[in-house]
Amino acid sequence: MSGEWQRLDRRTLWLTAIYLLGLVVVAGVPTALLLLQGGVAAWLVSLVVGGGGLVLVTHGVLIDYVRWWYTEYRITAERVERRFTFVFRTHKSVPRERVRTVDINATIVHRLLGLASVRIGTGQQDMFGKVSITFDPLAREVGEALRAELPHKEDEGPEVELARLDRRWIRYAPVAITTPALGAGAFGLVMQLSEWFNVQVAVVDLIRDLFRELPLIPLLGVIVAIGLVLGAIGSLGLWVELWWDFRLSRQSGNLLVRRGLLTRRSLTLEERRLRGVEVVEPLGARLAGGARLDAVASGFTVSIDERRNDPRTLLPVAPRRLAHRVAAEILREPVVPTEAAALTPHPPAARRRRLLWAVGAAVGFALVLAVLGLLLVEALLHLAWISAVVLTPAAVWIALDAYRALGHGINGEYLVARRGSVRRSTVALRRDGIIGWVVTSSPLQRRAGLVTLTATTAANHGGYRIPDAGEAQALALADAAVPDLVAPFLDADQGAGVAPRQAARQPTP
Amino acid sequence: MTETRTVRLRPPRNPVERRAVTWWATRALAVTAAAAAVLAVLALLIGPLRPWLVAALVLVVVGGVAYAVAVPRIRYQVHRWEVTLEAVYARRGWFFQQWRIAPMSRIQTVDTVRGPLEQRFRLSTVTVTTASAKGPVRIDGLDHERAEELVRKLTAVTQATDGDAT
Repeated sequence: MSGEWQRLDRRTLWLTAIYLLGLVVVAGVPTALLLLQGGVAAWLVSLVVGGGGLVLVTHGVLIDYVRWWYTEYRITAERVERRFTFVFRTHKSVPRERVRTVDINATIVHRLLGLASVRIGTGQQDMFGKVSITFDPLAREVGEALRAELPHKEDEGPEVELARLDRRWIRYAPVAITTPALGAGAFGLVMQLSEWFNVQVAVVDLIRDLFRELPLIPLLGVIVAIGLVLGAIGSLGLWVELWWDFRLSRQSGNLLVRRGLLTRRSLTLEERRLRGVEVVEPLGARLAGGARLDAVASGFTVSIDERRNDPRTLLPVAPRRLAHRVAAEILREPVVPTEAAALTPHPPAARRRRLLWAVGAAVGFALVLAVLGLLLVEALLHLAWISAVVLTPAAVWIALDAYRALGHGINGEYLVARRGSVRRSTVALRRDGIIGWVVTSSPLQRRAGLVTLTATTAANHGGYRIPDAGEAQALALADAAVPDLVAPFLDADQGAGVAPRQAARQPTP
Repeated sequence: MTETRTVRLRPPRNPVERRAVTWWATRALAVTAAAAAVLAVLALLIGPLRPWLVAALVLVVVGGVAYAVAVPRIRYQVHRWEVTLEAVYARRGWFFQQWRIAPMSRIQTVDTVRGPLEQRFRLSTVTVTTASAKGPVRIDGLDHERAEELVRKLTAVTQATDGDAT
């Protein structure tokens, strides 16, 4: 940290060149094939594609050279600064005490060159989201030094490991939502490629010939099964790429997450910024007994630059008990707030609402199919009754499961709220991190005496919802969580009329 | 958390200006008129679709006028606000209703907005934000002077306290 103005790493030129070459290959090969197929002469194709590629790469590197030459940064005792002065000038400057997170990312190309991209995040927000400065690229050692140096420190201490990857956790990978998504993606890719190579009809025929013996419904079953197997393989690969060599540790008031096989990621999070943790159980993982941990903390760049995998994750899907134990360690609590709290269930009216939505959605979907079937093709009529028979019980199961999930309570310094079926989430939010309340109700909720309570906070997406709690329940919770805030606005009379009427009778000062 | 008696949020003390009803109604009618004008022009230009477009036009006008007559009145009953030494408390909405409470100590900014239509009715909208993206408390239908006074008061109180939990 010399305090002198200096440039980013010069090898950025290589980085840009390699990226653009890759782009040229990926975009150029299908284009060339398409042109050749269209009967364009080979010399012309190689001239257009090759020449275009050359121009793209050289210009890209030239532009990157300009960017590199005119971008300078410096880290002084007080500030982190980056400036760019060419034609126009920008100067970004952040006080060092405002630095909350230091993110290090290194793609496979970065790592081959010994480089890393470093993003320095603050807790401040401007019009475009949270403020951050990115240095891309720096030499890996320089990045590591910044991470060790920059975030605000409480005391120097040894690094304590809180969790490390257990390879057996990979068993949760195939039950993730990525499996059907990647499976569907694989089919899409096959179709796309066969279209480029102009063999789509041949591929469809080949598949039909291959399974000629099978009637339609088993054939669909086979295709779905193949898709799921491919998706599961993809999920395993993705899991390895994302979570390889995962470690969660604590050092001098910061939480550190390191992970990744090809792209190494590391995240430093100041513990002062932590407002709680969220135990997330996606349906597949939950049925397999797994849960994941997400940080509830201010200072993340959530609004912009959202990555494929959320940087908030502190622990990948792991056995549930372990997840709860790590949650307690992260919060430095002897008992696990997310587990120990006896959660108050919500009134039965909340279950009625869920059942109504579930049955309504399933029947509505079947009705749409039926109407389309009557108007267009008879086959849709069959699809309509099949989907009604299959979807209704599934929807009812999800509704009852979602109702069972609903619960809230207070455990020491934490407000604990649980909800959701497909994505069950149990959040433990520090009570002093709550910076306001929002109570919402629809006419149906008002008739059922329910409200949706939102605890607002500076962390993550701005608030945590407790849906369909009894009105008195919700207000008692709010009052207990943040004393003296709600109490002055409460009325404790019996059976008061509808709120608007009552409002009109209030005297005005 | 025993439910021995009915606890509910009481309405905030202050109603908004009575002329906010006219403002909301005017706004609704303006939107209706704009949508109706687009549909009318299209109906004139596109012959084959004319019956459908005229039907849509009638639907938009009837719906818009009904909204402009009914909803502002409901809003006037619901929209209320209150500022104490500890918190800002406001209620708004008509179908979905919202009660918002923001503690004074967590307020970050206080903004006043006067749209062109609001100007004509001498009304202002005051927005109080905290560090939460979900937390802003909006009070509309305030008289110009009343709004300025409110902003002055809020700014004075929030400058006296610190710590906004970012």
